[in-house]
Amino acid sequence: MPEPTNLTVAGALNAALRHRLEHDPKVLVMGMDVGKLGGVFRITDGLQKDFGEDRVIDSPLGESGIIGSAVGLAIRGYRPVCEIQFDGFVYPAFDQIVSQVAKIHNRSLGAVRMPITIRIPYGGGIGAVEHHSESPEAYFAHTAGLKVVTCSNPSDAYWMLRQAIDSDDPVVFFEPKRRYWSKGSLDTSAAQAPLPLHSAQVVRPGSDATIVAYGPMVATALQAAKAATEDGRDLEVIDLRSLSPIDTATVVDSVVRTGRLVVVHEASVTLGMGAEIAARVQEKAFYSLEAPVLRVGGFDTPYPPSRVEEEWLPDVDRILDAVDRTLAY
Amino acid sequence: MTLHGHVPPEPDLVQLLTPEGTRVQHPDFPLEITDEEIKSLYRDLALVRRFDGEATALQRQGELGLWASCLGQEAAQVGAGRALRTQDMAFPTYREHGVAWCRDVDPVTLLGMFRGVSLGGWNPNENNFNLYTIVLGAQALHAVGYAMGVTRDGAVGTGEPDRDTAVLAFFGDGASSQGDVNEAFIWAAAGNLPVVFYCQNNQWAISEPVERQSRVPLFHRAAGFGFPGIRIDGNDVLACLAVSRVALDEARSGQGPTLIEAYTYRMGAHTTSDDPTRYRLSEELETWKHRDPIERVRAYLVRQAGVAQDFFDGIDAEAEELAVRIRAACRALPDPGPLSVFDNVFVDLPDELAEQREGYREYLSAFEGAGH
Ligand SMILES: Cc1ncc(C[n+]2csc(CCOP(=O)(O)OP(=O)(O)O)c2C)c(N)n1
Repeated sequence: MPEPTNLTVAGALNAALRHRLEHDPKVLVMGMDVGKLGGVFRITDGLQKDFGEDRVIDSPLGESGIIGSAVGLAIRGYRPVCEIQFDGFVYPAFDQIVSQVAKIHNRSLGAVRMPITIRIPYGGGIGAVEHHSESPEAYFAHTAGLKVVTCSNPSDAYWMLRQAIDSDDPVVFFEPKRRYWSKGSLDTSAAQAPLPLHSAQVVRPGSDATIVAYGPMVATALQAAKAATEDGRDLEVIDLRSLSPIDTATVVDSVVRTGRLVVVHEASVTLGMGAEIAARVQEKAFYSLEAPVLRVGGFDTPYPPSRVEEEWLPDVDRILDAVDRTLAY
Repeated sequence: MTLHGHVPPEPDLVQLLTPEGTRVQHPDFPLEITDEEIKSLYRDLALVRRFDGEATALQRQGELGLWASCLGQEAAQVGAGRALRTQDMAFPTYREHGVAWCRDVDPVTLLGMFRGVSLGGWNPNENNFNLYTIVLGAQALHAVGYAMGVTRDGAVGTGEPDRDTAVLAFFGDGASSQGDVNEAFIWAAAGNLPVVFYCQNNQWAISEPVERQSRVPLFHRAAGFGFPGIRIDGNDVLACLAVSRVALDEARSGQGPTLIEAYTYRMGAHTTSDDPTRYRLSEELETWKHRDPIERVRAYLVRQAGVAQDFFDGIDAEAEELAVRIRAACRALPDPGPLSVFDNVFVDLPDELAEQREGYREYLSAFEGAGH
């Protein structure tokens, strides 16, 4: 048995891309600077060198071009993995994603598949300039025909990206850029992924209240849960992983046990993922709820300048404040 | 001959001052300029370089989160910037510090974005210099719309020098691939708008060489859209000034758009986050060092205009003063307060957002009580 490897999230993503390029000749990687540079975050480091310029493609500078051409490649039977350089630069491709990628399978009566993966580094907390810290996941989760997932640790980064690439449906794959350098162990030699792509995971069992988080906020939620033990509180933390479809059963099952739910994300609260989860939980677990579902997220303002981003982003204190409120209800 | 066998010849490039500092004439772009005016351009170039270098240093010291240096592109920017009239409007990318300088935007204001205390922070209409735009190419369409407004206001072709207005849109070789830039070309042509597209071809878009974007010299693209295009030596401030003046004059007089390709080189990294050794050869940089935009002006002034050393000493001293001022002012830029994130989201703040702000104020005051 090979030993589990210790990798960063970035390294795990790279390994997953390498694996799919090696094993599936239809897989192509494309985006700005993904070739020689290996991407601005080095997620595609070394891939062009090993797989050639016609499989790891430095595209001209147009997001609409990247995604639109991926649609054509998919019609022709390829499996493109597109990189959008930063969250805030996906919008020039928005039309191609929501009006084309999301709909062609449906419009062709299932004759054509769109096995496209769109990788987007997202979220803040890295001291960046405008457009480099946003959390646009809800736009995509709102769009019928797209699957949307996000990883929070190296093992999920590796397995979920492999699963996303293998998916015959289009997957928007959000990568928590501030966790790119977080390390963890994973077993890349396992025959199968530890979990289905669209399952949520209880990452810390607890009994007093449930926190649902995803992507960059999972680590923050776990820190909050740890801090809460000092006050004798036992919090359950769920890593949602899949934002569309949502593994409602795992969330509801937890809330039935704890009776309290706090949803945490970096994205602005209004019409964010928390709103959808709150709605589902009150539909499915109304009589189990001991308190209203609370949401902790970014304010309903543009992502602020970096010197004030720590105020804007949910942190341990803001999560614990919500935990206090739900427990005091 | 086959259609695909046709290779267009390497284009001419308008040059009025050689890298060695020799004045040359161009039949189509004569430039009447005094040595005093060239000294003034030298001052602009030198001070912009000093400011830019200081900003890079401030980033290294942790005072800025990021800096996008304009090193090597000073002539392309100062030449275009000094061709503008007060009433003209400029739409920059994120790298046009030299144009900002010519528009009298305080360099310290520019630093705000890169320090992370603002998302722009100046009034575009105060100096007729739009906010920096990071999303590649978006500003080209803004320039076009502004030019539509200029046309509707009757501020084109009146012959009144203080009234006729042109718009100058900046973008890079990489951004020229974006849909927005190509749509801007179409809009400008369709409306015969008073806009000059100014593409600084600095050879690189982060790690991608310009060949990744285009098989033809970029200025050739203009022909397909139906307006003139021209390539200039972007490291020659005189050529940049002369050709920009003509293009802006033609725009103001109602002759429509132009594409200028300023052929230059990004001497530094893409930004302070970038490591160009991963994708380009240092020999290339060495070649371009011989074409430095400032050295050639200095060589001209010394050799042809007989300018004495104390002029240069004076500029050096002024540059040093500027650097000292910028350093201190950058460090003194105040961090925004926590509630500032709610400022200016709307003209008319909705009650629910006001409540969110109130809630956050209360949340913060609870910490103060707890001695945080
Ligand atoms: C829509 C969009 N996509 C991607 C980026 C990331 N990005 C910032 S600058 C840059 C390269 C731009 O190259 P070029 O237009 O040649 O201008 P230069 O930076 O060389 O001045 C890229 C890809 C962006 N800012 N906007």
